Amino acid sequence: MTAARPLPAAARALLRGDRRALARLISQVERGDPAVGPVLRALHARTGRARVIGITGPLGVGKSSVLNILLAHLREKGHRVAVVAVDPSSPFSGGSVLGDRIRIERDPADAGVFIRSMASRGRSGGVSAATRETVRLLDAAGFDVILVETVGSGQVDVEIRDIASTNVVVLVPHLGDEVQSLKAGLFEIADVFAVNKSDLPGAEAAEKDLSELVSLGAPRDGWRPVVVRTSARERTGVAELWTAIEAHEAFLDAEPGRRAAAERGRVAKEIVGLVQARLARETSERLAQSEDDARLLDDVVGRRIDPRSAADRIYEDHRKPARRARRK
Amino acid sequence: MPKPTAETPIRVLIAKPGLDGHDRGAKVVARALRDAGMEVIYAGLRQTPEEIVESAIEEDVDLIGLSCLSGAHMALFPRVLKLLKARKVRDVPVFAGGIIPDDDAKRLRRIGIRAVFGPGTSLEEIVRTARGIARRPS
Ligand code: B12
Ligand SMILES: Nc1nc2c(ncn2[C@@H]2O[C@H](COP(=O)(O)OP(=O)(O)OP(=O)(O)O)[C@@H](O)[C@H]2O)c(=O)[nH]1
Ligand SMILES: [Mg+2]
Repeated sequence: MTAARPLPAAARALLRGDRRALARLISQVERGDPAVGPVLRALHARTGRARVIGITGPLGVGKSSVLNILLAHLREKGHRVAVVAVDPSSPFSGGSVLGDRIRIERDPADAGVFIRSMASRGRSGGVSAATRETVRLLDAAGFDVILVETVGSGQVDVEIRDIASTNVVVLVPHLGDEVQSLKAGLFEIADVFAVNKSDLPGAEAAEKDLSELVSLGAPRDGWRPVVVRTSARERTGVAELWTAIEAHEAFLDAEPGRRAAAERGRVAKEIVGLVQARLARETSERLAQSEDDARLLDDVVGRRIDPRSAADRIYEDHRKPARRARRK
Repeated sequence: MPKPTAETPIRVLIAKPGLDGHDRGAKVVARALRDAGMEVIYAGLRQTPEEIVESAIEEDVDLIGLSCLSGAHMALFPRVLKLLKARKVRDVPVFAGGIIPDDDAKRLRRIGIRAVFGPGTSLEEIVRTARGIARRPS
């Protein structure tokens, strides 16, 4: 169906291993630059090889530190590893201090590692769109494990499920009450629990409590989360953590169609999101620009038409030119 | 979600090269830039020039800020500039601050550090300068 077209120059540079080109493409994705569209389109067929691992959990539990020891472990095993670390944007200034990099030690000459910090930029669904496309670029660039650290917002970021194939939820000992309040979210997304800071007292008890909770719950889609203990400080538990992650990845591959079904669900959400974003953008532009639509707003304010009917009209209107264009 | 380019936050890398442990100034500057709407990648203490340049590339920053209070700036800052050149990063300006004697500041500006600030510099001035020199998305 799609004829083979020559790759855009930026895509070729990315495939050649040009790190600046990769970094610039990520910036384009972040700012929603339409120039990145053809690149993503051209690269899609070359993605899908990477294992995308989400690392989430409450603020300050050691997500970046665990990621750091995992990164070292994976490099030792010969994986090429990319990291995407998301931190919140200030709702007031829109600015952000992205500090996850502080925790990550790496050899700057090692081309098998690429680390990118990302601000959530407060747009609804925007993080996941930019994060997801960033992950695709990294996948196409040949990184075979992509670790995504999400905002430690005090509650679990469920959106990571729409991006990663295996999700690690990091917790710490003595999180009793917090675990209770997080429970629904936690169990909705965790494939693996890492009880970090296990150098501190109470880790064993925390692991036991958590394992009990896990064994009480029904498996989600046939998988029961694995609980491991880590200490990023003492660099322990990382082999067990990776084994648990690999076990979940193996589970996805154990039955034909299981991984594809999971990805299908994620892709459906992504496409809905993309269509939504486009409709929203075009509608805002119209309302700001077209005189007819300005009149429509006046009509709603003047109570001559209700907002729902106005929306219906704009929506119907919107579909017409699109259909015409396709026929051409 | 295409946003007008003008609204895209400026991305700044703030790093402390060398073994200098004075990080208050760097943190104060990082926070001021954040409050001015910028995205600050805070790389923290004890960064080698190689690490700083690699971080700047991966993060695709529009500006690099170096902080040094230990007196090692004349060894470290020029090395960062040299490595940037070697990696063909020509469009990312560098500015700096810390305990830097006037003569050194002059020499640093001559080799390409865009601005050098000492103790007591107002954060408004730093923010204004950052806005003025940061690379704009092309
Ligand atoms: C607080 C302080 C400490 C604290 C540091 C705490 C911390 N986590 O930062 C402690 C007690 C730990 C400390 C220790 C030492 N200190 Co001390 N310390 C100071 C002191 C009094 C203030 C520094 C400070 O925090 N200022 C407040 C911040 C906000 O100001 P700032 O860093 O200058 O930043 C401003 C500007 O410079 C600029 N700026 C700074 N960075 C950047 C970056 C960018 C990109 C930009 C645009 C601007 C910018 O903007 C900021 C806002 O205006 C200074 C003296 C002084 N008055 O500067 C000595 C001073 C820096 N220390 C000094 C020394 C010698 C030491 C020690 C070696 C002492 C010792 N013998 O043990 C140790 C070394 C520690 C180490 N590991 O490196 C000397 C350095 C001498 C030199 N360079 O030749 C100084 C100058 C004191 C002196 N007069 O001798 N110190
Ligand atoms: N004792 C102990 N402290 C740890 C361990 N792992 C991380 N820490 C400390 O916990 C603090 C937070 O660590 P980070 O790795 O930044 O945690 P995070 O979850 O990424 O934090 P946010 O991204 O800000 O939510 C730091 O002071 C770490 O040194 C651990 O295994 N043991
Ligand atoms: Mg973190």
